[in-house]
Amino acid sequence: METNFKHHQSAHCENGVASNLLKHNGLNISEPMVFGIGSGLFFVYLPFLKVNYAPAISYRPMPGLIFNRLAKRLGLKIKRQKFSSEANAVKALDANLKNNIPSGLQVGVYNLTYFPDEYRFHFNAHNLVVYGKTDTDYLISDPVMENVTTLTHEELNKVRFAKGAFAPKGQIYYPIQIPEKVDLKSAIIKGINNTCRDMLAPMPIIGVRGIRLVAGRIRKWPLKHGVKKANHYLAQMVRMQEEIGTGGGGFRFIYAAFLQEAAGILENDTLKELSQEMTIIGDLWRDFAVEASRIYKKRSSKEDAYNTIADQLLDIANKEEVFFKKLKLAIK
Amino acid sequence: MKKEEVPQDKGNLSNKNMKELVYATDENGNYTTALSTGWEPKTIALSNSIDEISERIAIAIAQVKNNEVSPIVYYMEYSRMDIGVLSSYVGMWQWRVKRHFKPKVFRKLNDNVLQKYADAFNISIDKLKNFKTD
Repeated sequence: METNFKHHQSAHCENGVASNLLKHNGLNISEPMVFGIGSGLFFVYLPFLKVNYAPAISYRPMPGLIFNRLAKRLGLKIKRQKFSSEANAVKALDANLKNNIPSGLQVGVYNLTYFPDEYRFHFNAHNLVVYGKTDTDYLISDPVMENVTTLTHEELNKVRFAKGAFAPKGQIYYPIQIPEKVDLKSAIIKGINNTCRDMLAPMPIIGVRGIRLVAGRIRKWPLKHGVKKANHYLAQMVRMQEEIGTGGGGFRFIYAAFLQEAAGILENDTLKELSQEMTIIGDLWRDFAVEASRIYKKRSSKEDAYNTIADQLLDIANKEEVFFKKLKLAIK
Repeated sequence: MKKEEVPQDKGNLSNKNMKELVYATDENGNYTTALSTGWEPKTIALSNSIDEISERIAIAIAQVKNNEVSPIVYYMEYSRMDIGVLSSYVGMWQWRVKRHFKPKVFRKLNDNVLQKYADAFNISIDKLKNFKTD
């Protein structure tokens, strides 16, 4: 069986699944719109939590939050189910496919056979859509892939019941109710307000302050942990910022695309200008990644390389603080 | 990022003929999407992580040979797990898993427990019991 689902490639898996599922249900909404309304832009530094033996730095909120916020702000109803038994998880998915409902799934990356080996880590917050089933395979629309793909029944079972942090527990989700008319304008304003609140939060590890804190830590890393570990930490940070999913520059370019689209809908020219400003900030993040990569490639000719990139990061933090204050005013 | 500046470097994706989607601006400054085969700073970051893992695996092999740790440690590193991930795959407390790292304790484990590890690593019990490095 196969549902008439249309695959669109996206930068980030969660936005992509949300956008694709909503498009399938007749609500034409772009990936940047999903990201912006769901307040996907974020920064958090969790030094006490280690991911791949480096302090966790995330450029996005908790998995699932973007779609949930989007649903709340647009008045959609999404059904989410988790399972303790694998058999029930299979049953629920198959029943959905029989009823012509393509379903979003949270899965672990490690056993996704169509990914390049290098990308197969124990990361459990990946999202994809299952839109059909054959005797041996499930038909998969993974939004970060150019084309649709397949997984065997066993393979899908394995990724649905991956273990570790954020274990998916076979989670399945799909929209069950979409209002005829959605109020994009107020949803956009709520989304932007939330992002400004997050990024300007008076918490040392979140948003602009979090970026500043990381800048300070980078200066200390080589002395405190030795060059090898410091380089590993930096490489991990760049991976979080640039790896598949962020659309470049730690989501800044997707966000700029959202602001541009929002400018049209709200008829607000200031947002258009701010979109351009965000693009420039995104480019600064890219520059930061380039400089950081020179360090862990050990090709940096600069004496004081760690301090230089820390300064770069500090500059970004300052620019973003000004930016989000302006953004807050622009939608008042 | 301008559309013409979207990097098309060779990397881990292009080896598998994959491309990722990025957001970039066109000649009028309007946002559009473009496909990228890869970007060097990213490729280096990733290979840095892969090297790190290979190094950990090499250390684990040496330690197993010297009878300092049990083969569980080697397979854990090989499967890119850490103790937290492994303990949730086998459904045992971390302190218990850690105990099984000791060769002395490992040798006394019954097949029931070993099977859990074998399943987590996707190997046979035999392979776990008779550790060979090649």
